[in-house]
Amino acid sequence: MRFNGARILLECIREQGVDTIFGYPGGAVINIYDELYKQRNVLRHIRTSHEQGAVYAADGYARATGKVGVCLATSGPGATNLVTGIATAFMDSIPIVAITGNVPLSLLGKDSFQEVDIMGITMPITKHNFIVKDISNLADTVRSAFEIAKSGRPGPVLINIPKDITAHITEYKRITHKDRKVKDIPISPDSIAQAADLINMSKRPFIYAGGGVGCSGAADELVEFAEMLDAPTGCSLMGLGCFPGTHRLFTGMIGMHGTMASNLTATNCDLLIAVGARFSDRVVSNVKRFAPNAKIVQIDIDPTEISKNIEIDCHIMGDVKKVLSQLNSHVKRVIREEWVDQVIGWKQQYPLKYKRDGGLKPQYIMEKIYELTKGEAIITTEVGQNQIWAAQYYKYTRPRTYISSGGLGTMGYGLGASIGAQVGMPHKRVINIAGDGSFLMNCNELATVVENNLPIIVVVLNNHALGMVYQWQDMFYGSRYSCTQLNSPVNFVKLADAFCAVGLTITKEEEVESVLSRALELDGPVVINCEISRDEKVFPMVPPGEPIANTILGE
Amino acid sequence: MNHYVLSLIVNNEINVISRVSGLLARRGYHVSCLSMREAEDPSLSRMTFVLEGDEHTLDQAKKQLCKLVDVIAVVEMKIQTSIRRELALVKVKAGPTDRVFIGETAKFFRAKIVDVAEETLIVEITGDDGKISAFINLMKPYGIVEVVRTGLAALERGNQGSSCYKEVYEKVQ
Repeated sequence: MRFNGARILLECIREQGVDTIFGYPGGAVINIYDELYKQRNVLRHIRTSHEQGAVYAADGYARATGKVGVCLATSGPGATNLVTGIATAFMDSIPIVAITGNVPLSLLGKDSFQEVDIMGITMPITKHNFIVKDISNLADTVRSAFEIAKSGRPGPVLINIPKDITAHITEYKRITHKDRKVKDIPISPDSIAQAADLINMSKRPFIYAGGGVGCSGAADELVEFAEMLDAPTGCSLMGLGCFPGTHRLFTGMIGMHGTMASNLTATNCDLLIAVGARFSDRVVSNVKRFAPNAKIVQIDIDPTEISKNIEIDCHIMGDVKKVLSQLNSHVKRVIREEWVDQVIGWKQQYPLKYKRDGGLKPQYIMEKIYELTKGEAIITTEVGQNQIWAAQYYKYTRPRTYISSGGLGTMGYGLGASIGAQVGMPHKRVINIAGDGSFLMNCNELATVVENNLPIIVVVLNNHALGMVYQWQDMFYGSRYSCTQLNSPVNFVKLADAFCAVGLTITKEEEVESVLSRALELDGPVVINCEISRDEKVFPMVPPGEPIANTILGE
Repeated sequence: MNHYVLSLIVNNEINVISRVSGLLARRGYHVSCLSMREAEDPSLSRMTFVLEGDEHTLDQAKKQLCKLVDVIAVVEMKIQTSIRRELALVKVKAGPTDRVFIGETAKFFRAKIVDVAEETLIVEITGDDGKISAFINLMKPYGIVEVVRTGLAALERGNQGSSCYKEVYEKVQ
């Protein structure tokens, strides 16, 4: 069949089983939008308020569903508006395919209207990027883009398509089964044996699980592994949900805002097993004094992660799920009463806690959200204090339920991500936890939420401040609150109303349950403005540069 | 600080040089020279560069480079097992009396005089880094006008050819 480039693009996207894309029209992609119009019954397109919302939505869709998220933007400003979102996905290894239009081939490189070198701009923040200069390469390029995005350690891929390519016509042949096989990295039996030896010899093992567990769908294997070893398990922020928050062996998050139990366990263990985790500076803090008494085993699919940030004693390269199932048949089942008792002792001695002084507490709000949703919601977050409270005071039991910008720390990410998550998982409750600062960055996406009648609840933990930076200024900068007090009297209830969403307010602890219940019953877009104190801080906290055992528990 | 010669087999694509040089720059790897040209298979290019650093840097750089989709293979050209050559063109001041001496020195280095002007000569010299640097040093007293060096080209000794690239790639992974 002979089709134009726009049609071939959409056909290839549909070959991949994609039924939804997020985007924003423009001149360079008008042919693609014309084709989307014709295919509107088979390919859903969600138009956001801003391209940034579209790429966050594609990312949230990918994180919630495990499928590749797709976003589409025009050339120039459309393309550059995707950049922060692509970088967000790159840092957190999220498979997305971003498609950008560009000026016609003959105008490339001439500073034409809405021309930008998006290839050069996105090279450092994509797994790979393509420019299609010949219609005959289009179909295979799109297929490769999806393959690259989801294979190995996933990540974003960009396809840049000049406008005339979308109009050129060529022969298209549908491919359902890809000829090219995705290369399966063989797991070295020696590395399995070596790791199993270290594990079987260990007296005080600790498992440090990261986002790779969720990517690989290895949550069940991880629980089996931890139970076989009777090993306490902590998660990085990206790993939350990969190990049940309710499990007796769960020690909580590890690192800068991790629990004392995780940080002490990591510091006192004799074997630290990193599973799909990359020893980020937010976990390790002081490299020299991280897990000082431990041998370190690292399981990762990406060879560059091995010994990148921390010297490793033994590594197993491969897909986490396959590695864990092999390890599970090589390690001995043991019971470690003494070690586990010690760790449980730390959990009891240093629980996550906050002052109940009669004021409205963000931690309490998170606990209530957990209770009222029975832990079955998908929580998306913005970045800052809201992100950490959401990580600490809600017990995640399944992967893909805590969706947050971990690596890049992108404020404004959460609302877009919640759109993608809700579109991808229509039967789940999706709640975006925001601060007033982050929410103001991209609240324009409320228009998208309302237009598509998505029952997303936005909980704005409104402390009239850029809370995380404010906290640092308070603790480390002599209370010089430079530019972090948000004194604009913006009314989030009226703002919700203006977008035709429901706006609610919580000012007192007693109102939390009833207002949240009402929002959950409404089944439509809701914004809840929660008036919290500016002085509420995130604890525990490891001061910058300190070893993680020096966790500050509170003021 | 050690010097490692790395040879990359890459897809002969327009953006590949930016992908490689961009990666080296943003990860903070110090590279002292880089050269590139189409390989025996026109769909591939061969890129050779010298990386400065320690073993850890070398290991990370190899693995990072392998992650680029357009990089087929990363081969370390060890000094014992590879041939390394560089070409330099040296424009040196050469009055009537100096010409003979420069010509004699060039002969010792198996270099060629490829251009003669009223006051200068251009000498073409091939060799490894040490030989070229030594020659340039000897030319300094006469007055060097300009030097251009191509950067290293390197190839492994022995019978094996590009058929082993795949294996090398997997080994590096």
